[in-house]
Amino acid sequence: MLESVLITIATAATPLLIAAMGELVVERSGVLNLGVEGMMIMGAVTGFAVAAMTGSAWLGVFAAILVGAAFALLFGFLALTLVTNQVATGLALTLFGLGLSGMLGESFVGLPGVKLDPIYIPGLSDLPFVGRLLFGQDPLFYVSILLTVGVAYFLFSTRAGLMLRAVGDNHVSAHAQGINVIGIRYLAVLFGGACAGLAGAYLSIVYTPQWVENMTAGRGWIALALVVFASWRPWRIVAGAYLFGGVTIGQLHAQALGVGIPSQLLSALPYLATIVVLVLISRNRRLTMMNTPASLGRAFVPDR
Amino acid sequence: MQATLEDPVAPLLEARGLTKIFGTLRACDQVDLKISRGEIHALLGENGAGKSTLVKMLFGALEPAEGVILWQGKPAAISSPREARRLGIGMVFQHFSLFDALTAAENIMLSLDDPAPASAVTTRARELSKAYGLPIDPDAHVGDLSVGERQRIEIIRCLLQNPELIILDEPTSVLTPQEADKLFETLEKLKLEGRSILYISHRLEEVKRICDRATVLRQGRVVAECDPRKETASSLARMMVGDEVQPVVRDKPAAQREVLLEVSNLSRKASHPFAVPLSGINLSVHAGEILGIAGVAGNGQGELFEAVSGEVIQDRPDTVRIRGKDAGKLDISGRRLMGAAFVPEERLGHAAAPAMTLSQNLLLSRYRTDARAFLSRFGIIRNGLVAQAAKRISAAMDVRKSAEDPEASALSGGNLQKFVIGRELDRQPLVMIVNQPTWGVDAGAAARIRQGLIDLARNGSAVLVISQDLDELFEICDAIAVMHGGSLSAPIPIAEATYEKVGLLMGGAEPGHAATPLAEAV
Repeated sequence: MLESVLITIATAATPLLIAAMGELVVERSGVLNLGVEGMMIMGAVTGFAVAAMTGSAWLGVFAAILVGAAFALLFGFLALTLVTNQVATGLALTLFGLGLSGMLGESFVGLPGVKLDPIYIPGLSDLPFVGRLLFGQDPLFYVSILLTVGVAYFLFSTRAGLMLRAVGDNHVSAHAQGINVIGIRYLAVLFGGACAGLAGAYLSIVYTPQWVENMTAGRGWIALALVVFASWRPWRIVAGAYLFGGVTIGQLHAQALGVGIPSQLLSALPYLATIVVLVLISRNRRLTMMNTPASLGRAFVPDR
Repeated sequence: MQATLEDPVAPLLEARGLTKIFGTLRACDQVDLKISRGEIHALLGENGAGKSTLVKMLFGALEPAEGVILWQGKPAAISSPREARRLGIGMVFQHFSLFDALTAAENIMLSLDDPAPASAVTTRARELSKAYGLPIDPDAHVGDLSVGERQRIEIIRCLLQNPELIILDEPTSVLTPQEADKLFETLEKLKLEGRSILYISHRLEEVKRICDRATVLRQGRVVAECDPRKETASSLARMMVGDEVQPVVRDKPAAQREVLLEVSNLSRKASHPFAVPLSGINLSVHAGEILGIAGVAGNGQGELFEAVSGEVIQDRPDTVRIRGKDAGKLDISGRRLMGAAFVPEERLGHAAAPAMTLSQNLLLSRYRTDARAFLSRFGIIRNGLVAQAAKRISAAMDVRKSAEDPEASALSGGNLQKFVIGRELDRQPLVMIVNQPTWGVDAGAAARIRQGLIDLARNGSAVLVISQDLDELFEICDAIAVMHGGSLSAPIPIAEATYEKVGLLMGGAEPGHAATPLAEAV
């Protein structure tokens, strides 16, 4: 019983983890892309459609990644090249994504989906208790863990990661140092979009292999909140994602057990938890200021 | 120092006819510059004369509209800072280009064009730091360091590239006199190694002391080339300003009268990680007196200003007393109504709203104190009277502007600062508190502002001036106290104050040691 609960928590947490990890890199470079929800839902609908039409779940996943990145490219062109307001552009991207996905997905509603099979690592997955949890998960679960390791290593142990952090900390100085601020931000934004697309595909291919309009249900916003929650540190995102995943699943189980609380209130729990955590974090200014990328959300125009 | 090098065939760097245009402003107009090997070459000029624009072009951060740059006699297209560094040009910026959230070593690594392992960079930085007497800690986060330490990181970062030409942009504006002396020793060492230094400054005494040649810029044009050691400070100033600068007149203060501003036992916790906590600050300013507060930037001056002006309210009402009455619990308007006036450091965005006109800005700061004059009964603005007052202030302070009532952001820094100070002086406040009154302001405007402050005090007001510019404090103050690490020294009467004494306190010496000779203390 407990093992299966833990496994479902992992499935609930993985899309949050992937999307938030992408946004973390974006924000570390000093760009605030509020379009995560929009890129995610586009990933979900594309992933589902491609998988359903080709019969290959993997093709669906790759298509979702590409579409997420394409949407991010649109954001980058507007916010970085044309220097539009990042907040407004991100919000527009979300609204656009939600609308477009609903339209594209109309004919896919109710169709059976293609599911990505779990990988069972021979021998290890039969271990008692942790076997299924650690060694019998869907492939994207492993991707999410590798992603975390990779992002943490990239940010804090490579020169490119150092440059990305520098751009996020002070883009004027970075430009004066000869670092290509806009170029680095484009790459970061594309990476963030690819991650959001992948997270969307996770929802429509692994989590519930079907297409429902609005199926991201605010997960993109939770991913954004998670980045702040984690104070821009990769491993804290893992902790945050699993905490939120836990609340989501706990709420489902509480409903199943017939706890005498209205189901709407239980469904609202993850969002309430987000607000509480954000309030608690913003009270500690030291914690937020030491890690907050100082250029976050500020437009950069090189003066040449 | 006699250079042993023969006259080189070609200068190390030569610029011919460099021009850069921003909108309609010719920031640099046909500028010629020659820098020989092994010389310290001064680039002199007032704020806005085009010094920064010129060096940014030399360093590849800006693209010239016209003109050529010759490096060792050959035309060089310096298209980026990276290209400049590859040629052998290094730069130490005025507003430091360091990253607060990164460590010193990470900052240094970022500027290296060839990726090198962290340990190698750290070792090399330590060697350079020893060789040139520039102590740094490679693992410290830059956000936690003092300005002097940050500058040392910048210099080491620059030296790691082994440059032949080092550009220093206003390097001493943030240093104590003692730190500046140390810097000059380092520069001499670099010069003896045959490196050239382009030294940008508007401080004439130090240019006379260390520079071999000087190029003087005014309004984007080269107006003179000279040997600064053969000039006097006032002849250099004349070249820079193009006019005689009116000397500030200061007479003796009247016999001490009542205390108008009193701060007792003011302490404040740091409000954010890079802020400075204040501890036990006491000061009092009498009628007719100007008290100056010296200190290296970032030692709590901004925090002190916020506390005294009421931007941050104190826990106890008697911490700040204005004209003998408790004001610690009052906000800015409350304190203004008691007869105080405040001018914060940042003129655009703090002292004035950039997108609003001068008269609107006037009303914003004085609608409470001058409600009778500027507002009619139901709070309707009397535009005509506000405009009249704005006009009066502009005339009194000689504010030069392009339109009758322009937006604050349309004024140059010096003119806006004159307006902001004039706006407060116009009220004849009994207590005036100014943070960095002439920072980045040209000499003519600075003289006008200083004279205004002196006249206000001589008419019986108490004036508190916070400034990083020691020359300014010595010029106008009756006593100088020094801030260091969030504490304030006892005030030194101007008759007893010397640069050395004040400098030692700025560097953090115990007040008791202020009298020790320089050589022993450093």
